[in-house]
Amino acid sequence: MATKQIIHGIYSDEVPLLEGCTKLRAAGIRIKDVFTPFPVHGIDPIVGVPRTRIAICAFIYGITGLSLATLMMWYMMVSDWPNDIGGKPNWNYYSNIPAFIPITFEATVFCAAHGMSLTYLLRCWLVPGAKAKNPDPRTTDDKFMIYLELNDEQSKKADEILRSTGAEEVNYKGTITIEPKY
Amino acid sequence: MHAESQIREPLILGNKTYRNITDDIIAPIEGKANRLWYILFTISVLGFMWGIGCLSYTIGVGIGAWGSNNGVDWAWDITNFVWWIGIGHAGTLISAVLLLFRQKWRMAINRSAEAMTIFAVLCAAIFVTLHTGRPWLDYMLFPLPNQFGSLWPNFNSPLLWDVFAVSTYATVSIVFWYIGLIPDFAMVRDRVVKPRMKKIYALLSFGWGGNVRHWSRFEEVSLVLAGLSTPLVFSVHSIVSFDFATSVVPGWHTTIFPPYFVSGAVFSGFAMVLTLMLIVRKVYKLESYITVKHVEYMNIVIIVTGSIVGVAYLTELFVAWYSGVEWEQYAFLNRATGPMWWSYAAMMTCNVISPQLFWFKKLRTNLVFTFVLSIVVNIGMWFERFVIIVPTLCRTYLPSTWNTYSPTFVDVGIFVGTIGMFFTLFLLYSRTFPVIAQAELKSILKSSGEEHKKAAANHAHH
Repeated sequence: MATKQIIHGIYSDEVPLLEGCTKLRAAGIRIKDVFTPFPVHGIDPIVGVPRTRIAICAFIYGITGLSLATLMMWYMMVSDWPNDIGGKPNWNYYSNIPAFIPITFEATVFCAAHGMSLTYLLRCWLVPGAKAKNPDPRTTDDKFMIYLELNDEQSKKADEILRSTGAEEVNYKGTITIEPKY
Repeated sequence: MHAESQIREPLILGNKTYRNITDDIIAPIEGKANRLWYILFTISVLGFMWGIGCLSYTIGVGIGAWGSNNGVDWAWDITNFVWWIGIGHAGTLISAVLLLFRQKWRMAINRSAEAMTIFAVLCAAIFVTLHTGRPWLDYMLFPLPNQFGSLWPNFNSPLLWDVFAVSTYATVSIVFWYIGLIPDFAMVRDRVVKPRMKKIYALLSFGWGGNVRHWSRFEEVSLVLAGLSTPLVFSVHSIVSFDFATSVVPGWHTTIFPPYFVSGAVFSGFAMVLTLMLIVRKVYKLESYITVKHVEYMNIVIIVTGSIVGVAYLTELFVAWYSGVEWEQYAFLNRATGPMWWSYAAMMTCNVISPQLFWFKKLRTNLVFTFVLSIVVNIGMWFERFVIIVPTLCRTYLPSTWNTYSPTFVDVGIFVGTIGMFFTLFLLYSRTFPVIAQAELKSILKSSGEEHKKAAANHAHH
């Protein structure tokens, strides 16, 4: 069992925040999370967040939408009940493709957009009734927070780095006990 | 830190801090509405109520209550539908296309423009739902399994494409808007003091915290949604134009319709954004964020799209003459000189001549002039759709079906009702939602804020 100290390092600007993150990482300290009021560009590699793969999901959802629309129109217009509309019979899918393009496109966009958005909301667990994820409410206004969970030795080092890079506050928020994983 | 060229004018005026931005955006939500808001709200609700009355009357007695007749079977209803859906286009254009082009000025207006899109699409939806005559059977528009002998909708029909396009457009716009709103609702949640408000905004903010991973996903999702919405917005009005262009009615059966409709839509949409934003910036004191430069940028879009629309009108006339098709020639002659020449004249004046005045810098940076012209443009764009539909249908192939048209009080009532509904929703939105995407705005404060730019310039000189 290991006991870890929870530390909130509060900054009021993103430039010292980035500096603080860089120095913490250089000192071998793991940054648990950073809370910012707006997307700070260039922070991901510093904190060690890999690029999100959500765009790949969107592509897969899009392909799914395209296939579903094709299948639907083929079934309804060609297989189940072929019609002869204005002398243009629906005996096969191929000869009707031009007329089917708009709906194929719309279904692709529909599935890609909604699938990706749902994935995003669920992956971040942004759902109605979810508890606010920021430990300090000021981080949606004008404060930037580095959130650390460290052992005593690292805490001292982190405290120094946070203060030297211009953190306004370094708050100790108690300890948590981490059960070892077997 | 990304430094911006000094030649670019600042997008955030005054010496603002992140806290100032929060305070300015939350002020209308925390504060009380003034008398002007209540007056406008009352008028809008009254209009809306009248619309509901006329709508119920239509449902009760059928669409015979409208001025539409045997020849002119599409009239005010479809005119209003195309007008509203066109107005909606600017919101998506601002939030999606301008995002792809990395235009920072969109950040001050995208939230309200998207809200406008959604409200405009709701208004448009009323007309398409109603024009079928039996709106309670509208579920038959969707490909649902049914007991009518496997009667599926006709996927070859542009009217069905429209169903898919408009519903995709409406739902994707709402999702795009809401995903952008989540961080701002979280800001409101963390700021308000009243417990009930806190509870409501906590629910709306979906528990947003603003950590690195979430922001990284947020930006990726916004970018991909913008990439998806861009072709979507072009497809929607192209498909609306197919409703006309794939028919064989002279004056409608033209290949220029898709680009012409899309630019017309953007043109009218930007005009509506200007109408609304000029009021919003004044009423909620957001002059530091929605600056004269923003207005000028929008006016430039109006010149460009207005000119495309003007060229399209002239091309239509030229092609009608050059085609040698007598019916086509007559359709245009009838629009310009027939019994409804006044609508054609109104369209030409409002859409072709008036936006050209924006070539003068004095005029396009004059807010009062811009406000007046934005309304003129929307009147013109309403007449454009009227000209395309009504005078054309009054004079089709068979002289025996020639007819005239005048709207009834029900037509007028439903139209006024949708305007009332639009403003009711917008007024409610502007008091309860963060009207500017403040999180995004904070991210450009350092590069485009007035004081920061000055500081950067001084720094460069030393």
